[in-house]
Parts: sequence; structure tokens; C-alpha cells
Amino acid sequence: MDWVALRLSLELAGLTVLLLLPIGVALGRFLAYREIRGKEILEALVALPLVLPPTVFGYYLLVAFGATSPLGRAWQALFDRPLVFSFEGLLLASLIFNLPFAVQPMQRAFEAIPTDLRAAAACCGMSSWRVLLWIELPLAWPGILTALVLSFAHTLGEFGVVLMVGGAIPGETETIAIAIYDRVQAFDDRAAARMATFLLLFSLATIAVTFFASRRVGRRLG
Amino acid sequence: MRGLEVELEQRAPIPLSARLACSPGELTALVGPSGSGKTTILRAIAGLYLPARGRVVIDGTVWLDTAARIAVPAHRRRVGMVFQSYALFPHMSALDNVAAAMGDRPRPERIARARELLRLVHLDGLEARKPAELSGGQQQRVAVARALAREPAVLLLDEPFSAVDRATRERLYREIAELRRILSMPVVLVTHDLEEAMLLADRLTVLHRGRTLQTGTPLEVTTRPASPEVARLVDLANLFEGRITGVEPSRALTRLDWRGRLLEVRGPAPAPVGAVVPWVVPDGFVILHRRDRPSRGERENPIPGRIEQMLALGQTARLTLRPDHAPELPIRFSVPLHVARRNGIEPGVTATVSLLAEGIHLMAPTSADNRSARGEGLQDGA
Repeated sequence: MDWVALRLSLELAGLTVLLLLPIGVALGRFLAYREIRGKEILEALVALPLVLPPTVFGYYLLVAFGATSPLGRAWQALFDRPLVFSFEGLLLASLIFNLPFAVQPMQRAFEAIPTDLRAAAACCGMSSWRVLLWIELPLAWPGILTALVLSFAHTLGEFGVVLMVGGAIPGETETIAIAIYDRVQAFDDRAAARMATFLLLFSLATIAVTFFASRRVGRRLG
Repeated sequence: MRGLEVELEQRAPIPLSARLACSPGELTALVGPSGSGKTTILRAIAGLYLPARGRVVIDGTVWLDTAARIAVPAHRRRVGMVFQSYALFPHMSALDNVAAAMGDRPRPERIARARELLRLVHLDGLEARKPAELSGGQQQRVAVARALAREPAVLLLDEPFSAVDRATRERLYREIAELRRILSMPVVLVTHDLEEAMLLADRLTVLHRGRTLQTGTPLEVTTRPASPEVARLVDLANLFEGRITGVEPSRALTRLDWRGRLLEVRGPAPAPVGAVVPWVVPDGFVILHRRDRPSRGERENPIPGRIEQMLALGQTARLTLRPDHAPELPIRFSVPLHVARRNGIEPGVTATVSLLAEGIHLMAPTSADNRSARGEGLQDGA
């Protein structure tokens, strides 16, 4: 078992989920409630990682993060280290390729709240913040939980993008999915099987817990 | 000035041309067919809809004045609104639903007040229930308690009785009537149900395609409609046209030629002699003559004809009479079922009715009406 890779994967997934929570809520809510021109284009951009081959997506991220790109240069100037092949670069890539998994369930959850309910909240004197905290988040909670679990599990399993942007540096960017691939390449089937089984059981458990939790919440909300 | 004043104007997307006023303690019903803009007006008052042009003033405080670029957001307008769907917060108990509308007051204070309001709407004992565990009528009461929780400057009711069964509705009517005695703010009720509006409202405002057509007491609007359009909207079936043939100012009488039959009408003429005007006679001013012997008011505008249809609705018989002089213009009226039976009324028999002079209401001619007809009926599909 490659504990370093596992820990790295869990750190990456945990941070991704933590950062995607506010981003997903803000973006999902925006897409659910705002009628703006070009909304379809914005939605298509968010959904892009779902349809693009990970290598293609990873390639573009690599170019965008590279030392010659504006983002890469700015990062280098600010932190005195490159963005590509670093944990930070991997985290940024992870945030981007997880956007559809986080935003779409949250958007659907916010859309499912009846318009009248939000109107009633406003008529009860609640400001937008209070409507978000008292009404929207409690009602959209199952969708938000699903979004976070999907993002977490997807981060653990992502391979192509991570390899392209991270480059499989042990302790820095080598996640457990890549470690499994490495073990198979090195004909270490037992280690590969152990890690694969662990990942399988872990993913299954998280998703089962989510389904269980969202059903309970669903029942509570009637 | 105290009370609510509303003026809304816009062409698109929903055409609006509405004027509305409601004094403190008064209940104004906005009546009109679905799609006539009733709910939009209510939402504009609450701040949930921003019209192109408009003014909403409550007790001297301006909530909306598009000319002065004032539009107070919904959560800062002190409105109590009961939604058609009730829009109760499904994750909160009845008590918390009511307490949620009380803003930043300390929680114990909010809870105490919420309990009081739930008691007022007869829901004590059900405070801990979630909306899904309450019946439609109980949910409506929670919605009313929540709307009152803010101590609103105006109470807005959007078809609040449409989602409950008839028996519950009757009970809720009585409760609202009872509640109104302790409410001192203007109340605006939106409904498509004319009977409901007549029952609850002090004033009716009739609305069609976003335009307010007439405002008055329920009796005024339903017996003295301002136009044929209003007459149709308030279900006045006996809507016809006639030509003014003379006036007798001394007797406050106007003479009307209805397809060759002369009618006497109590009241001044709305147009000069010779003009063709629309007129209505409400159901209650059509008197059935006894068929065996003469009775009261026989000489008053008698119209002989043949009974075409009789529908028994509970203790009331709804009759349709085809007048001999104009069978294509049926007169519809009601009599108690026992009266119909005693007079041997059934489809096919001849009968005479009187159109009471004081009940005939003449309206000013409209250009469209003058074009379309010379003493012909105005009824749809008559």
C-alpha cells in the first residue's frame, strides 16, 4: 500500500471539496436563479470536463499553467516556483475538472426550491443572506452533499488530467490512482490489487453514506 | 394619506394598467379571469415584481416610484402575503414558520408571539408539526399566521382558498371574516371566484387583461357594471342592447326599445334619445309571474315567452326564458325550486316575467357596441 500516495489523494480530494463548496454554491445558485444572456454558454463551459477526454483537458490545463503562460508566469513571480507539476497546480486542475460534478447537482437542488418559497422568505423580511442560510441551504442540502461526495470520489479516481498536469511526482503529485497504474506497470499485482480494492471499498462506502444521508434528509423535509 | 395606493402601467411582457386603493381595515378583492394580471399586481405591491412604471404608497411611505427611481426591496416592505400554494417552509415546524417572519427579535420573544398567532388561527397544539403533516386548511392558517407575524402594513392574499375543499373553504371564510375585525391594515384579496369576493370584500376591483375596469362595493359592481365587459366578467347573463326612445326627468324614467318591446327604466339615460346602449338586468330583478292569477309588478315591463330550460341547483331553479318577441335573446333568472314547482314550470311551458324598472341598468354606449348591433344580444354564444 502506497500510504504517501493515499494521503496525497485524500488531501487533494479534501481540499478540492472544501474549496468547491462555496464555489459550487455560488455558481450553482447563480445558474439556478439568474436569467442572463449567454447562460447556456456558461453552463456548457462548466459541463465541458464531462465530455472532453481527460488527456485533452489535461493538455489544455498544462498549456494554461505552463511557465510561458500568463498564469504560470504570474504564479512563478508570486511564489517563486512553477505551477505545473506542483500540488497547488494539481489542486487548481482538480477544482476545474470537478466543476460539473459540484455545480450541476447544486444547481438542480437550488432549482428544485419552489420560487414561491423564496418569495415567501422575502415577504417574511429575510435578506438574501438569511434566505440562503435559513431556507435555501437546508432545502438544497441533499443536492449539495451529493455534489461534494461526487467531487471527492471523482478526485480520488481521476487519472488522465492528474498525470498530465501533475506528472506523478511521489509525495507531491502522485495520487493513488497513478500509484496503482505504476504498480501494474512494475508487475506488482498484489500491491495494485490491494490499493484498487481499498479505493473500490472506500468509494462504495462514501456513496452509500451519501445516499443514506440524503434519503434521511429527504424524509425529514417531507 | 393612510392606506394603500397602487398605480401600475406597462405594455410588456404583461400588460398592466391598474389603479387600486384600499383604506386601513378595508378588504378589497381583485377579481378577474385567470391571466388577467391579478397575481402580478399583488406581487408588484409586495416587491416581488418590478413593473415598467408604477407607484406603490402605503400610509404615506413610498415603496415604489419608478419616476423617482425608488423601489424598496421585498424584504424591506412590511407586507404579509399568503400565497396560493401557501409556500410554507417545509423543513420548519408550524411554529418556526411563523417565528421566521419576525426578523431579529430575540428567539424567546419570537416563539411566544408565534404561539399567540397560532392560537389566533386555532392551531394551538399543532405547533411542532411540519407543513407536510398538516391538512390544506391547517397549512392555510399557518400561512395566515405567518403573514401576520411581521405586523404588516398591508395584508395580501393570493387565491388563499383555491387549494382546499369546499367545506374547509366555508369554515376558512368565517375565520377570515372573524379575523378581519381585529385587523387594522388594508387587505387585498386576489380571487377568480366572484362569490368568494362578494362574501368577503368591502370593495371589488374588476380586472381584465391587466386593466382595472371598475371599483365599487360588491353590490354596485354586480348590479351597476360600468361596461358590458364588466357585466360579462361578473357573470351577468342578461346583457342586451336597446335604443333610448325617450326620457321623463320628472319621473326619473328612461324609455327603452328592446327589439320592438318598450321597457321602462328607473334612472337617467346615459346617452341622448336615439342612441343604442347596452343594458343589463341582474337575475334578482327578473320576477316570474304566477301562471294561475296576476301578481305583484305584473304591469312592470312584462316579457312573455317560453321556458326553455330548468336546472335545479339545490333549492334553486335556474330558468331560461325565450321571449316571444326575440327568442334568440334568452333571459336567465332563478326562483326558489318550490315556486317553480307550484307554478308548473317545466321546459316548453309559456311564462311571463317582469323586468323590474329599478333593476335595469343602462350603460354608456361604446363604439364597438354601436358598430356591432342594433338591439341585438351581446351575450357570448347566446
